[in-house]
Amino acid sequence: MAKKRPLDTWAPWVALTGIIIIWQLICTGFDVSEFIFPGPWAIVLSMIEFWGPIQGHALQTLWTTTAGFLVGIVVGVLMGFLIGSSRFMYNALYPLMVGFNSIPKAAFVPILVVWFGIGTVPAILTAFLICFFPIVVNVATGLATLEPELEDVLRALGASRFDVLIKVGLPRSLPYFFASLKVAITLAFVGAVVSETVAANEGIGYLMMSAGSQMRMPLVFAGLIVISVMAIVMYELFAVLEKRMTGWATRGMDMQP
Amino acid sequence: MSNAFVDFDRVYLAYDEEGGYAVEDISLSVREKEFIAIVGPSGCGKSTFMKLASGLRPPSKGTVLAEGREIAGPLKIVGMAFQNATLLPWRTTLDNVLLPLEIVQPFRANFKRDLEMYKERARGLLKTVGLDGYEDKFPWQLSGGMQQRASICRALVHEPKLLLLDEPFGALDAFTREELWCVLRDLWAQKQFTVVLVTHDLREATFLADTVYVMSKRPGRILVRKEVDLPRPRDLEVTYTDQFTSIVHELREHIGRIRKI
Repeated sequence: MAKKRPLDTWAPWVALTGIIIIWQLICTGFDVSEFIFPGPWAIVLSMIEFWGPIQGHALQTLWTTTAGFLVGIVVGVLMGFLIGSSRFMYNALYPLMVGFNSIPKAAFVPILVVWFGIGTVPAILTAFLICFFPIVVNVATGLATLEPELEDVLRALGASRFDVLIKVGLPRSLPYFFASLKVAITLAFVGAVVSETVAANEGIGYLMMSAGSQMRMPLVFAGLIVISVMAIVMYELFAVLEKRMTGWATRGMDMQP
Repeated sequence: MSNAFVDFDRVYLAYDEEGGYAVEDISLSVREKEFIAIVGPSGCGKSTFMKLASGLRPPSKGTVLAEGREIAGPLKIVGMAFQNATLLPWRTTLDNVLLPLEIVQPFRANFKRDLEMYKERARGLLKTVGLDGYEDKFPWQLSGGMQQRASICRALVHEPKLLLLDEPFGALDAFTREELWCVLRDLWAQKQFTVVLVTHDLREATFLADTVYVMSKRPGRILVRKEVDLPRPRDLEVTYTDQFTSIVHELREHIGRIRKI
């Protein structure tokens, strides 16, 4: 793989710094009210002031997100296996899945609240509902797009369907799986926070909601930033994991003549 | 009949109800250790023939016998290689070659115990095709010709009695192709298996095979059977002799006639 130039490594940081500076300049220059649109400095100050509560709420959100994400992985992989390894299941379930996925997941929250009350459980379930679909689709695609010739080679040797799945289908779908994890973890954050804003007494979503109702806009923005930082860290974690586990997939692409 | 290793008797195959036959009225028999080649225009059902011979597809009509028994289901005595090397990119070359041993009995049952022995065998095979030193490379680090060599090793590692090759050299450049002809020729001379080679390269068929069959356009029928009586062992030089050229020429005329119809 080609070595990254130093400029590429620093590019996102340069962009970030630029945006922060412009943001601050706009807020100071036009004397924008903190109650409408706080500048970065005000946000940092409120972050320091409320660091204790922010930490607690952030950990709660991290926990509900991760729990929902883990359930999403288990269910997503199982369903992906089911759908990807059998044409019948694919035909039967795929349209249903697409229909289900087109429902806005926020619409589930009131139902979940009726069933489980407000708090942790609806947040976990919303995170799960929103994040398992990309995993299903990717695992199913990885399994379903097996080269027919390769299958012939193995079948001619007397391999069972299960053999083909384990020896070829599973490793082949790994790059798809890891790619979907990166998408799924960020979606899981969305689900957890959406649920917390309407139905929880804890979590960043709740923090932002209550800070908003008290007109503490810098704190609301601080909440946004905390979420995005957590999401980026988790995303990068899975990006690194993907590279380590399935380096053959991308290197294979680069090496092709 | 008695010395036929693979025997096709008036075989028809239709893939679906309406589509008509992909191959029609195929009758031929292959002796043990014979090298046959099947040539024909593209889409003539050559690959269908392979599916029948390997037992991946049962015939719609007629019978296919292997070693005197009717084929029911996939044959474990076959090895296959295709135009695409179809190596698994997450396995090293050596592990790719070992793959059939993880599937075919009796190797499968002893796989863990005899792993070292199997590895030795795979290394030996890779060496005979000139891939020593590349065992731990991944397929995408190999050139197309090397991948194809590895693919042939994979087809042979479980010591099949029947090797089925579906245009194995079709995607290679002319020089690499001729190199691999010699590799295959030597392997065949050394290991003594039966080969069915499907190709559209008439020189390839003539150089390698004992018998060449010409198939018609779809639905595929066998039109001509031509024995290649060039003496063995054959050297690449033989491809420049008049006798060789006249055989290729004759085959070419048959193909030309098919294409005109």
